[in-house]
Amino acid sequence: QSLPSTFVPEYSTREEQTPYEDATRYNNFYEFGTGKGDPARYAGEMTVEPWSVVVEGACGKPGTYALEDLLKPVEYQERVYRLRCVEAWSMVIPWIGVPLAEVLRRFEPGSNAKFVAFETLYDPEQMRGQRSLFSTIDWPYREGLRLDEAMNELSFLAVGLYGKTLPNQNGAPLRLVVPWKYGFKSIKSIVKIRFQEMRPVTTWESIAPNEYGFYANVNPEVDHPRWSQKRERRLPSGLLSPHWIETRKFNGYGEQVAHLYRGMDLSKFY
Amino acid sequence: MALPIPLFKGVVFVLALLPLSGIAWDLYSAGLGPDPGQIITERLGLAAFQCLLLTLCMTPFARWTGWSAWVRVRRMLGLFTFFYACLHLLAFLQFVLGWSDLGTTFTQRPYIVLGALSFLLLAMLAATSFQMAMRRLGRRWKPLHRLVYLAVLLAWGHYLWQARSDITPMVAYGMVMLLLLAVRVRWFGWASLVPLRRPARG
Repeated sequence: QSLPSTFVPEYSTREEQTPYEDATRYNNFYEFGTGKGDPARYAGEMTVEPWSVVVEGACGKPGTYALEDLLKPVEYQERVYRLRCVEAWSMVIPWIGVPLAEVLRRFEPGSNAKFVAFETLYDPEQMRGQRSLFSTIDWPYREGLRLDEAMNELSFLAVGLYGKTLPNQNGAPLRLVVPWKYGFKSIKSIVKIRFQEMRPVTTWESIAPNEYGFYANVNPEVDHPRWSQKRERRLPSGLLSPHWIETRKFNGYGEQVAHLYRGMDLSKFY
Repeated sequence: MALPIPLFKGVVFVLALLPLSGIAWDLYSAGLGPDPGQIITERLGLAAFQCLLLTLCMTPFARWTGWSAWVRVRRMLGLFTFFYACLHLLAFLQFVLGWSDLGTTFTQRPYIVLGALSFLLLAMLAATSFQMAMRRLGRRWKPLHRLVYLAVLLAWGHYLWQARSDITPMVAYGMVMLLLLAVRVRWFGWASLVPLRRPARG
C-alpha cells in the first residue's frame, strides 16, 4: 500500500539506500525468532489492523487511542536515515512517518514526565518468538528515551518505508526510529507509551547491562564487550568485497544530538 | 547392517560434505542475504560443532548396534570437524573481522578465547590422528585424545556465549553433548574423560 508523504531533505542522507528486499528480509525482531530471516517468514502471523496504543502516566491526555486517531491531523514526512545495528552492520532506509515530538506533545506531558517508555505488543499466539521455551527476554519488549531525546527533531515515529506501509517484519504498524542510537532502541509494533519520572528499565539492559546500556548511542569509542564498534558493514555487503565503513559517533548525527549529552561520560553512560 | 565398510565410509564422507555444499548452493542461488559473510561464518561454526558431536556418537553407536563400522569412520568425522573449524576460523577472520582488531579480539573477548582454545585442541588431535603418530605416541595416544572432551565443552561454551537472548538451540545441543559424556562415564567411569593422565602400568 503506497503512502503519500513530503520528502524532508534537511533530515535525509544522500548515501545510497539499502535495497527494499534487504531492508525487509534481513531483520532483528525477536518476537518472531532470532534468525535474520525469521521476521520476514513469520511476522505475517501478526494482525496489525485494528491497532490501538495505550498512552498513560504523567500526561494530560492519557487513554487508549486508535492508531488512526493517534496520527490523524499530521502530514507524513519521508526521511532517509542511517540505521546502525549494535551487531556492527548498517543500512540506509527511507522512512515515512511523523516527528515523535509532534505526537507526544498532543498528550500534554506533565512537568514530572522525565522519560518516555515504550512497549511492543505481547501476544504469544501471534508472535512465535514469545513462545520460545529458553528465551531470556522477559516479554513484552521494552524501550525508553529521556524526554528531551524523545522531543529531539530526529526522533521519528514511522508507519512506512520506501513509500509503502511498513511490512510487519519492520515493526508494523507503528515503530520508533532514533537514528543516532543502536537499532534495538527503535522499538517495533508499539502498543504502549508511558510518561514517567523514573528512568525505565529496558529489555536489553535488563538481560546484559554490561553489553547494552540505556542510552545506546552509536559510539565507535565504546566497544561492545564481545566485538568492536569501530567499523560497520554497510549492507548489502559482498563476500569478496565486504562493504566496511568507519562507524561515526552518534551515527553521524552529532550536530543534532551531541548537545543532549554534554558533560556526560559516554563510556559510562553507554 | 550388511553395508560393506568402504561403501559406508563413502556415504559418511558425502554426508559430511553436506553443510559445505549447502552453503555453496545458497551462495550460488543468492540465498544468503545482504550479509553473507556473517551467515557463512555462523553456519561453518555450527557444522564443526555438529561434526564433533557426531564424532563422539561413533563409540556409543558401535556399542549399541554391535556394528564396528561406526568406529571405522570416527577419525574421518574428527578430521571433518577440524576441516570445518578451519573454515569457520578463516571465515571469521576474513568476513567478520576483515583481519583487523586481531589482538583485542583474541585476548579480550572471552567467547573468542574459548573458541580459539577449542580450535587449538582440535588441531593437536588432528595432527596426531594418523597411524604414524599413533604408533609413535603408543600408550600416550589415548590419554592425549581424551582432550576431545575438553574441546567439545569449550566449543559449546563458545556457542552458548554468542546467544543474545534465545538459548534454545544451545540447550538442545548441550543436552546431546551431556548425554554422550554421560554414557562414557557410565561405561568407562569418570577417569575415562580425564585427558593426559597416563594409565597405570599393569
